[in-house]
Amino acid sequence: MPKDNDSGIGASPKRREDVRFLTGAGNYTDDINVHGQAYVHFLRADVAHATINSIDTSAAEAMPGVVKIFTGADFAEVGGIPCGWGVTDRHGNPQQEPRHPIIADGTIRHVGEIVAAVVADTVEQARDAAEAIELDLTDKPVVVDMAAALAEDSAKVHEDLSSNLCYDWVFGNDDDDAVQAAFDAAAHVTTLELVNNRLVANPMEPRVAIGEYSRGTDEYTLHTTSQNPHVIRLLMCAFVLGLPEHKVRVVAPDVGGGFGSKIFHYAEEAFCTHAAKACGRPVKWTSTRSEAFISDAHGRDHVTKIELALDSNNNFTALRTNTMANMGAYLSTFATSVPSYLHGTLMAGNYKTPVVQVNVKTVFTNTVPVDAYRGAGRPEATFQLERVIDKAARELGVDPIALRRQNFITEFPYETPVALTYDTGDYTATMDKLEEIADVAGFAARRAESEKKGKLRGLGVNCYIEACGIAPSNIVGMLGARAGLYDAATVRVNATGTISVFVGAHSHGQGHETSFPQVVADMIGIDESMVDIVHGDTGRVPFGMGTYGSRSIAVCGSAMVRATEKIIAKAKKIAAHLLEASDADIELKDGQFTVAGTDKSVAWGDVTLTAYVPHNYPLEELEPGLEETAFYDPANFTYPSGAYACEVEVDPDTGKVTIERFSAADDFGNIINPMIVDGQVHGGLGQGIGQALLENAAYDEDGQLLSASFMDYAMPRADDVPFYQVDHSCQTPCTHNPLGVKGCGEAGAIGSPPAVVNAVVDALQSAGKNVTHIDMPLSPARVWAAMNG
Amino acid sequence: MYEFEFVKPATVGEAVAALAEEDAQALGGGQTLIPTLKQRLAMPSRLVSLSGITEMQGISDSGGVLTIGGAATHAAVAAGAASYPALAELASHIGDPAVRNRGTIGGSLANNDPAACYPAAALGSGATIVTNSREIEADDYFQGLFETALEEGEIITAVRFPVPEKANYQKFVQPASRFALVGVFVARFADGVRVAVTGASEEGVFRWREAEAALSANFAPDALDGLSVDAEGMIADLHGSKEYRAHLVAVMTKRAVAAAG
Ligand SMILES: Cc1cc2nc3c(=O)[nH]c(=O)nc-3n(C[C@H](O)[C@H](O)[C@H](O)COP(=O)(O)OP(=O)(O)OC[C@H]3O[C@@H](n4cnc5c(N)ncnc54)[C@H](O)[C@@H]3O)c2cc1C
Repeated sequence: MPKDNDSGIGASPKRREDVRFLTGAGNYTDDINVHGQAYVHFLRADVAHATINSIDTSAAEAMPGVVKIFTGADFAEVGGIPCGWGVTDRHGNPQQEPRHPIIADGTIRHVGEIVAAVVADTVEQARDAAEAIELDLTDKPVVVDMAAALAEDSAKVHEDLSSNLCYDWVFGNDDDDAVQAAFDAAAHVTTLELVNNRLVANPMEPRVAIGEYSRGTDEYTLHTTSQNPHVIRLLMCAFVLGLPEHKVRVVAPDVGGGFGSKIFHYAEEAFCTHAAKACGRPVKWTSTRSEAFISDAHGRDHVTKIELALDSNNNFTALRTNTMANMGAYLSTFATSVPSYLHGTLMAGNYKTPVVQVNVKTVFTNTVPVDAYRGAGRPEATFQLERVIDKAARELGVDPIALRRQNFITEFPYETPVALTYDTGDYTATMDKLEEIADVAGFAARRAESEKKGKLRGLGVNCYIEACGIAPSNIVGMLGARAGLYDAATVRVNATGTISVFVGAHSHGQGHETSFPQVVADMIGIDESMVDIVHGDTGRVPFGMGTYGSRSIAVCGSAMVRATEKIIAKAKKIAAHLLEASDADIELKDGQFTVAGTDKSVAWGDVTLTAYVPHNYPLEELEPGLEETAFYDPANFTYPSGAYACEVEVDPDTGKVTIERFSAADDFGNIINPMIVDGQVHGGLGQGIGQALLENAAYDEDGQLLSASFMDYAMPRADDVPFYQVDHSCQTPCTHNPLGVKGCGEAGAIGSPPAVVNAVVDALQSAGKNVTHIDMPLSPARVWAAMNG
Repeated sequence: MYEFEFVKPATVGEAVAALAEEDAQALGGGQTLIPTLKQRLAMPSRLVSLSGITEMQGISDSGGVLTIGGAATHAAVAAGAASYPALAELASHIGDPAVRNRGTIGGSLANNDPAACYPAAALGSGATIVTNSREIEADDYFQGLFETALEEGEIITAVRFPVPEKANYQKFVQPASRFALVGVFVARFADGVRVAVTGASEEGVFRWREAEAALSANFAPDALDGLSVDAEGMIADLHGSKEYRAHLVAVMTKRAVAAAG
């Protein structure tokens, strides 16, 4: 529960990192300039599919300032960008995995792919020279539409693969006949076909990479805009460049937002690292916004048919869903895990549907690679499930909230038909809370008010569940993950009692620099200002897996707790020695070690000083110093859940949707900093509303991105979103991590799109329009077309 | 950007002389031109900034005519065109504060973006575009997408707006750019009503004559009942079909009439 003081677990101290972010004192990768650095400009493909017959760089090489020009041939000897997850298909075969070159190797497969790289003294010189490169291309047929890509006679994105199918995967109940039998026995079946629109993450800071090489020590340094520098180092060293890890340091300093798009290992990172040695100079790349649109991994892009079977009492009896998921032209780092294990495992949602079958076909197309974006798979699962339930309620003429309540899972732990074990949750409590904060009871009156103004008002409600802190490593390894999913923390106590915590998680907007110290300070009973975290530098922090999937506090925070427990145990031994007592009798409270039942005590700072100045110290039993590391591999996922309500007004003359109210009741388990959690939910809601109403990465049939700038790609702005009612007082603590926390970073983006669409459909139906679904984004034009279709 | 020479003359005469060089180009607020240069889509040898020319600044009002300097910013018009509230209101909704503090009326009219706001105001008001060498009636000035009557090197030094009895501009924004997906400017003068539509047509800003006739007879929203523009010739893109834009023209025109009062 929130405390009324402003420190420790449950308090809301202001975000300490904001002082530097808001006063221009941040240190982002592009703020870093290295002595002697050269700049690279990437010549990127402007066609989606072509054979490269030849590249003539001779004129470009003679241009002023040019240091060196690279083409695919220069990277023929190094590895391709690896895919970090190998999915096995329904027949037991591995996914099709094409080579993903650093620079196109004879074939261009998407607009934006790197065709050549020019390193020069200045960016403008590099661009000038890139314009002088002569390309001889032969166009190939372009594959954009997923259904067309899967047709027998489709042109192939990769000639060396058997087709454009990456894998055909089935999860849950894989007995087609048994599933069909459940549908045959149903009293009612609701079917819905929908699109989960392709998105561009568009963090405020575009990607940047600076590669450095020291001839003296044979060491490399890569500064990069990454959510997980250790993962980048491992992938780049072991799979791409073949470098010894101990010779490579990867630093991700302040990072201006990631939303998933900065998890992945990108060609530009490997290029700058490699080129720094090849050129004998540091090499820097700063993405332009235009480049970001065609080179950052995109998100979502599913086409789905979902069917829900209900018995005559409106109990859910079976769920079947068939999805095509776009991979783009190559497999980005975690691309194949998103539509499979991060999506299929969530299809049970908050409901006790006994039979669930998930089929996913992942498809290669001549588009930018698609990978995890805030929520990653779970928004796609939630959207289709919560939309089909809403449609079922309308078809059956029952209250959509009541239909959900009736089918809630109520007993925990609960094993779903799609392989998860939910440890805790109380979906009825979050729905009760939602109805209260959203004032569902007052909706009819608000609708009447809107109608007086000539507006249609709708209410959309839905639930969500997500699985965060993906783990344990041995299980995900069996499912195809090619990485561990633990995290690590080192707690280094200094002689004077201040503490540096070196964490494997990376903060790029999440506020770790504030919330993590709250935990350590609370455990020891010292002031938070005595604790700092250090993150984002493989040269300083232990091998951690970084930040994504709402895992930081649940996984890395748990490692930090374990390491702090070790510190406290050792400090108690030192205190026991100083107090001439048994360490079992030592209590730590408010930074004082006391012998239980006495007034004998010694302060935290005296103990830490003793650890480093061990004059009066049990040296034969205890090492000096006070520094501990813990690695933490969770026993299970965590399962945040909640219920969301959206109220919209639709202008019937123009189709414009405005969000009048949005309420979110979340169960995140225990909460470290409620203010930061509010902020995470607000941000997630903004992105979910952006997906629902505005954002759309649309390709034409030639593989050109139509919304390749902010002139056509609509990001949500402040006036597109309402003031939110956010509540996280329903708390069922996670049962298997030491803090009882679940993670809150993605919930808003997962739970909000179906609420918005449900609300718009409700509004249109209130005016007698027979509209059952509109594909996102619900732009004015689409809503108007649906109303008048 | 490619390299260019930059000059900032103090008078229209000096600017005209500076623009005589081949591939020289005028620079207003740079809100369109600078992004174009950054993307290397233009390659002027010389940029002639108009922002230092005092005679092109300023807003003055006499005898029912509002004269706005060609280099006046949108923010200046929003704050200074008090005698023509519909125009001030239009200017106050162009882009964001940075765009309004830099972008100019001359630059906007010279550029003649099919989704820009000022062209609707100029055509809807029957404004006169004043250049260094002549005066051009709005009806003759707009010649299609990004096409105007301006000659090479010709500078818009001022725009003269006759102030109508009533006027209003309704802008339905394109969700990403927030330019006009459809914008309609309606102005009622003693001798009739003018209706200019931006954002909608493949030919750029245009006058909706049928609506003008109906409104000249009866300046009320329902005078427009049953009137519509032909969807053929409307723009179709990611943000709306031809039919949707044609529909919005009618909706926004009615709203403009209602708001004009
Ligand atoms: C984010 C953003 C949002 C915007 N939103 C809107 C909007 O909602 N509505 C809208 O209408 N516009 C919008 N604009 C465009 C804005 O109004 C520009 O300012 C305008 O289109 C160009 O004016 P400028 O003074 O910046 O001209 P510049 O960019 O400097 O020049 C544009 C062109 O006009 C020429 N030129 C400039 N001044 C003169 C002159 N006096 N005589 C002759 N030629 C000249 C230049 O040579 C160039 O060819 C937006 C722009 C941005 C960047």
